Formats: sequence, C-alpha cells, structure tokens
Amino acid sequence: MFILDIYLIMIGLLILIVGVLIGVAYLTLLERKVLGYIQIRKGPNKVGFMGILQPFSDGIKLFTKEQTYPNFSNYICYYFSPVLSFILCLMIWMLIPYYFNLVSFNLGILFFLSCTSLGVYTVMVSGWSSNSNYALLGGLRAVAQTISYEVSLALILMSSIVMIMDFNLLMFSLYQSMIWFIFLMFPLGLCWMSSSLAETNRTPFDFAEGESELVSGFNVEYSSGGFVLIFLAEYSSILFMSLLFTLIYLGGFNLSIFFYLKLSLISFLFVWVRGTLPRYRYDKLMYLSWKSYLPVSLNFLLFFLGFKVFLI
Amino acid sequence: MSLAKLFSVSSRVRATGASSLVLRHAQYSTPSDGGKTEMVYPPNLPGYKYVNAEDPNMSMKEMSNRAAQTLFWTELARGFAVTLAHIFKEPATINYPFEKGPLSPRFRGEHALRRYPSGEERCIACKLCEAICPAQAITIEAEERKDGSRRTTRYDIDMTKCIYCGFCQEACPVDAIVEGPNFEFSTETHEELLYNKEKLLSNGDKWESEIATNIRADHLYR
Repeated sequence: MFILDIYLIMIGLLILIVGVLIGVAYLTLLERKVLGYIQIRKGPNKVGFMGILQPFSDGIKLFTKEQTYPNFSNYICYYFSPVLSFILCLMIWMLIPYYFNLVSFNLGILFFLSCTSLGVYTVMVSGWSSNSNYALLGGLRAVAQTISYEVSLALILMSSIVMIMDFNLLMFSLYQSMIWFIFLMFPLGLCWMSSSLAETNRTPFDFAEGESELVSGFNVEYSSGGFVLIFLAEYSSILFMSLLFTLIYLGGFNLSIFFYLKLSLISFLFVWVRGTLPRYRYDKLMYLSWKSYLPVSLNFLLFFLGFKVFLI
Repeated sequence: MSLAKLFSVSSRVRATGASSLVLRHAQYSTPSDGGKTEMVYPPNLPGYKYVNAEDPNMSMKEMSNRAAQTLFWTELARGFAVTLAHIFKEPATINYPFEKGPLSPRFRGEHALRRYPSGEERCIACKLCEAICPAQAITIEAEERKDGSRRTTRYDIDMTKCIYCGFCQEACPVDAIVEGPNFEFSTETHEELLYNKEKLLSNGDKWESEIATNIRADHLYR
C-alpha cells in the first residue's frame, strides 16, 4: 500500500513537471504572439496549425545546436549551474496547491523564498564560471538586482503572511473568500508585481539581458542545451510568479478553471509589460528597490500588523 | 568667450559675449553689495535657460498628487492602454511567400539578357556595361560571328560582386542587359551565383514579358 502511494506521488509529480514544461513552452509562444500583435505584426503562424508547434520546433532547433564551452572555464560549474537552476525552478512547483496527492506544504512560502535565493547562486556561478568578462559582469548585475528585489519581495510577502498567519499557500484561498487581497492592499500588490518582474529579470528590469546596450549578460557563453535550461528556468519562474500573484492577491486557489484563467491573465500581463515599457536605468532600479519599495513595504507591514493585532 | 558661446541661447548673449560671463562670475563669487541680496539657484540671468530638472513643487496638494500617480501607476496604465489597443489592430504583415509587396517598374533585381522578337540576341558586345560597372562584376569577351556581326562569346556577371546599382542597364545602348523584377534567386553555393551568358539569356527568355511591361511603363521617364 505504501509503495503504491509512493508510485502515485511519483506519477503525480511527473504529470506536474510535464504540465509545467508544456506550460512554459506555450508561455514562450504566447509571448511571441502577443509581442507580435503589439507591434502590429503576426507572431509565428506557420509551424503546425497557426504556429501551435512553434515552441517544440524552437526546442529541437536549440538542442541540435552545437554545445560549446569556453576555454579555461570552470567546466563542472559551467556545465551544471544551468541544470541546477532548472532543477530549482522545477522544485518550486512542488508548492502548487495540488489537491491531487494531498500534498499540503506547510512551510510553502519559506520554501519559495529559499528556492529563489538559491536560484541567485546559479546565476552567479554560471556568470563566473564562463571565464568571460561579459558573462561575469552580467552575472554580477543580475545578482545585485535579484538580491535587492528579494528583500522587498520578502517584506511585501510578509504583509500577506501577517494577514493569513500561516506559511501555507493554500490558506490564502481561505482568507480571501470574501475579498481579494488585491483590493485590500492594492499599492502593495503593484509593488509585488514590479518586484517579481525584477526578480525574474524581465523588462523593464532586464539588465541581465540588456541586448541593445550590453551583450546578453550571464548567459553569453551558453549555447544549445545549457541555454535551453537557463531559458526554461527563467520562463518557469515567470509562470510561477504569476501563479503566486494569483494565489496571494487574486483570491487564492479554488478548484476551478477560473483560477487558471487568472493565472494566464497575469502571465499575459508579464508579456504585456514587456511589450510596453522600455528598459529602466540601473541606478534607478536600485533606488526603486531600496528607497521606494523597502520603506513602502515596511510601512505596510506595520500597518497590517496593527490591523491584525488591534482590529481582528 | 568660448564658454559663453557654448552655453548661450540668444543672440544677445552672443553679442555681449565675455561680459555676461564676467557678470555671472561676479554674481557667484563676490557679493558686491555686502551679501544683502539673496542668491537664487538656478540663477535668473537673461539669455540663459536652465536645462536641468527643476525642483518639484512641495505644496501638500502637489506632493499627494505625485504620490498617488506613482503609487497607482496612472501614467503606466495609459501606456498599457496604448499597447493593448495595438493588439487589436490589423497586423501590417505581408504573408510573404504567399503574398508579395508591390514592385516599382524600376525595380533592380536579377539580371537578364534580352533578345529581339526575332530571337536574335540584343547584346552587341560594346562593353559599356563592363566599363561602367563600379563593382567590376561583368566580364565580356567578344568575337566576330560567321555572319559578320559582332557578338559576345562570353558574358559573365558575378552576382556576388554586383551591387545592383543599375548602371549596366543605363549604359546599354540596345536595352540588352536589364535588371528584371525577380529577387528570389538565392542559391546554396557561391558558384551558382556566377552567371554566364547562357543563364542570363535564359533569364531574359523567362522574364521577357515582365521586363517588357516594366520598360513600357517607364519609357516616358527615360
């Protein structure tokens, strides 16, 4: 019986991983389509039926490319940091409110924070081990940005944690049955949204990318499989961030298609932001994090603490 | 003098030149009337325009307005509305291999050697095109034919050297070498782009109707 349970959990997780990967694939297609239509052109519309197979064609293309590795790079680090980042990004998905196997992650939010913090190391290591100045500088840029925004991310999250007094992501739906938290803490929700943009290195905060003024960043030296893994990790973290936004601010998880619609809407928002906003300035980005979001989130935290202690 | 010229914005300042610089210097370094007048920054000098960011208005109303605009992303929301509107616009894409954009009759594409309606080739090997070709892409060798007319024995164009300037068709006295409307002649090897006389003549046969139409459409302007 116990063995069968383990099998069931394994199968459940496998289904989860496959689902996430397909979701990521179609997120890239959504991005290309939406960006295309924003720039009054069509996106990919040939492969398969109306471009529906484009992500797989991209994947095959990338994987059949030549895998290069730079001279004098730290090969083990260079090779395995994308793998590690990919694994971390898949591990975060354990947090998805998954009624399937009755996995209820009690310390889910802490798990999320530790996984994203570990993700920073993979960026740093892949930038450093490439033995390239561009990759190193790009890695440092990305790491400084990600760490700064992690602070405000955690503090913003703290307000919501205070509201539900739990680390379990499932609890959010319990406390939001009457009113969504986005109405309760609207400015904080916007802060969370932009911090998660910065955390996932998306426009307008994509200084890890910087294709027009700098070379790509920590991933310049990666090709083929390594690049694919970095790319997948990036997009799955985007997907997870939109999931988290839906959980925390848009009513939490209920077993309905509506939840997934909200999730898709938020991932569409990520793409929409990319189609709209130009890149920020790096010093302004840092000021935004340390001089705006940090005080704002701290103040809101105090407010909600008082709210919780004295009013409820 | 040079500094004043650099920063001046009106002709009056340019006329006074150094004196205004002296004036500014005096205003900053030595308060001549015992420091009674209050110094303002940015200085309110005539002819100068302060181009840096001004200090924001610090009245309570303005401050709260600014805070609300920042906090609720009002300006960002307007930008988002613009891009959202663009999503629903008709894409400007031409579905290329199936749809093609319009071409001017003067379009300079792939080269072709034309023939007379009798089937006789037009080229008389005058070598004007070879002479004018700025990229030196054309190579011509000529001989007298059995019937006594002068014809080319070799007419090569290196399409990878050619810059598609159209000078060859301008130079040609008999409209023999022309650049036709075809632009889809990519190949997989370099050698296939080294065109010889046979290839050029067959191009001419293939595209004759289009080329003739284009020349007719454009003959008034030539």
